[in-house]
Amino acid sequence: MSEAAISAEGLVRTFGDVRALDGVDLDVPEGTVLGLLGPNGAGKTTTVRVLTTLLRPDAGRASVAGVDVLKHPDKVRSLIGLSGQYAAVDEYLTGRENLQMVGELYQMSARAAKARADELLEQFGLADAAGRIAKTYSGGMRRRLDLAAALVVRPPVMFLDEPTTGLDPRNRMALWVVIEQLVAAGTTLLLTTQYLEEADRLAHDIAVVDRGRVIARGTADQLKAQIGGERVEVVVTDSAALPLAVEALTPYAIGEPTVEPHTRKITVPVTGGARVLADVIRELDAREVLIHDIGLRRPTLDDVFLSLTGHVTESETDEDDEDGDAESPDGESAAGRRAGRKKARV
Amino acid sequence: MSAVNDSVVVAKRNVRRMTRIPEVLVFGLIQPVMFVLLFTYVMGGAITVPGATSDPDAYKQYLIAGIFAQTVTFAVAGASAGISEDMTKGLVDRFRSLPMARGAVLTGRTLADSVQTALILVVLTVVSLLIGWRTHNDLWKVFCGFLLLLLLGYAFSWIGALIGLSVRSPEAATSAGLVWLFPLTFISNAFVPVATMPGWLQPVAYWNPFSATVQAVRQLFGNVPPGMVQTAWPMKHAIPVSIAWSVLIIVVFRALAVSKYRRSDG
Repeated sequence: MSEAAISAEGLVRTFGDVRALDGVDLDVPEGTVLGLLGPNGAGKTTTVRVLTTLLRPDAGRASVAGVDVLKHPDKVRSLIGLSGQYAAVDEYLTGRENLQMVGELYQMSARAAKARADELLEQFGLADAAGRIAKTYSGGMRRRLDLAAALVVRPPVMFLDEPTTGLDPRNRMALWVVIEQLVAAGTTLLLTTQYLEEADRLAHDIAVVDRGRVIARGTADQLKAQIGGERVEVVVTDSAALPLAVEALTPYAIGEPTVEPHTRKITVPVTGGARVLADVIRELDAREVLIHDIGLRRPTLDDVFLSLTGHVTESETDEDDEDGDAESPDGESAAGRRAGRKKARV
Repeated sequence: MSAVNDSVVVAKRNVRRMTRIPEVLVFGLIQPVMFVLLFTYVMGGAITVPGATSDPDAYKQYLIAGIFAQTVTFAVAGASAGISEDMTKGLVDRFRSLPMARGAVLTGRTLADSVQTALILVVLTVVSLLIGWRTHNDLWKVFCGFLLLLLLGYAFSWIGALIGLSVRSPEAATSAGLVWLFPLTFISNAFVPVATMPGWLQPVAYWNPFSATVQAVRQLFGNVPPGMVQTAWPMKHAIPVSIAWSVLIIVVFRALAVSKYRRSDG
């Protein structure tokens, strides 16, 4: 095992009554990518802000590239690159001026900063737009400029906070390619994202964050394995039929069914493939439950995420619930909360 | 050394922004030019300056130093709006995550504001000369008058920086930056002689930091009406008092603003 390039222990940070971080532990081995996955308000950005010296935690310890974040923030700042959720570029400066300014603030000479700016503009496909003010850039161009700004001094450790949020698919892909190049060059990366697809593609390791805590940790495959294999998804026509449908599904479930009343959807983990699907349809039919839609699905990280955050929601009081194995007494309330969170996200 | 370098880099950035958004400068000019014209041609006839000859031109000579001083204090609004905008945009996170001097974001802004103030003063001087204002003193003393004005403007932009860090939105920052400037600059010797104010208000006007600079600049420009007698202590020692006030404002508000900037971590 290589040494941890980023490590955090028991980070706590409250804003008024809200515990944004409730004991976050992390470690990212040198040269790897950790994806911090979670919904809005989970504590991803707060974690990044603490690790990049923008915010002091109320408790806990953190180090980046072996340097204590709380004791030597200035030293840390010279070792990291940060590209935030909102493109942190000056709209009224040109692309080149933006990068040159950042270089000069890293104490580079004006000439060296300009040379580095041109190099980065070339690398990020912004050479043609170098002399235009950033206000005229598209969203994707601004993100690339912002990422370039984070790379001015080729920092060994990078933090990317939702780098592709709000980008169209084409620009997202383009940014992924850039990030993959960075990682190939040996940069240690901590990446936050709401997109499971993004974490799946870019990260070696994924930490799922919810309500200020890391609730699961592993590779994408490990996390998928953790919630079992296939699942049957049923959407009933009438939400009044949900309890009946759950009853019909329970004998086939190898885990707790999740119910989303809003979408009238029930999801149960199963084994046995298409045969189970046929059985389930028969059971539902026998109970005269009208089916709007039904299908067999392989797990995605989405499932991992919903399953994990659901558990935490239900067993908050249970301190030992780290591995998501705790009993889930009330599927409906979990689903309700989840629906509420989805709403909040919009 | 890096503090100086960083402040200059940030100042350069803000000056560049100024050239990209010239409207800000243009609107910054309209107000003082309008004041010069309105006070000279509308109010001027009704105001008699004690000690001046009955020359209708006298008020104009008296007024200009006041308008200049009022104009430089408007640097507050620029600084407060600018800093507030920087704080609400993501750019401040970029600055904070760089190994740069902590106060440089604010110092850079206030330095850039001084450049803007100087530009506005140049235009205002030309307009004033066109309508017949003249200095009556050595050129170097006139120059020192302008330096005092710039110093006052620089001091006030630190007040603006603190306001910009204290309010939640750039819009609020603009109004919060401006609203108190009107009583401050009107309860002074800038537009009318203090002796014409009610007795209880006179000490306020005399000790107003702003009045000291107006009086000092008037002296250095040679625009004090020959027969005007000053008895109030700050008026008799206007130049040192003006410098002292400006330096005091810089020291206090710089310390407050920089510490607030450091602490404001969301």
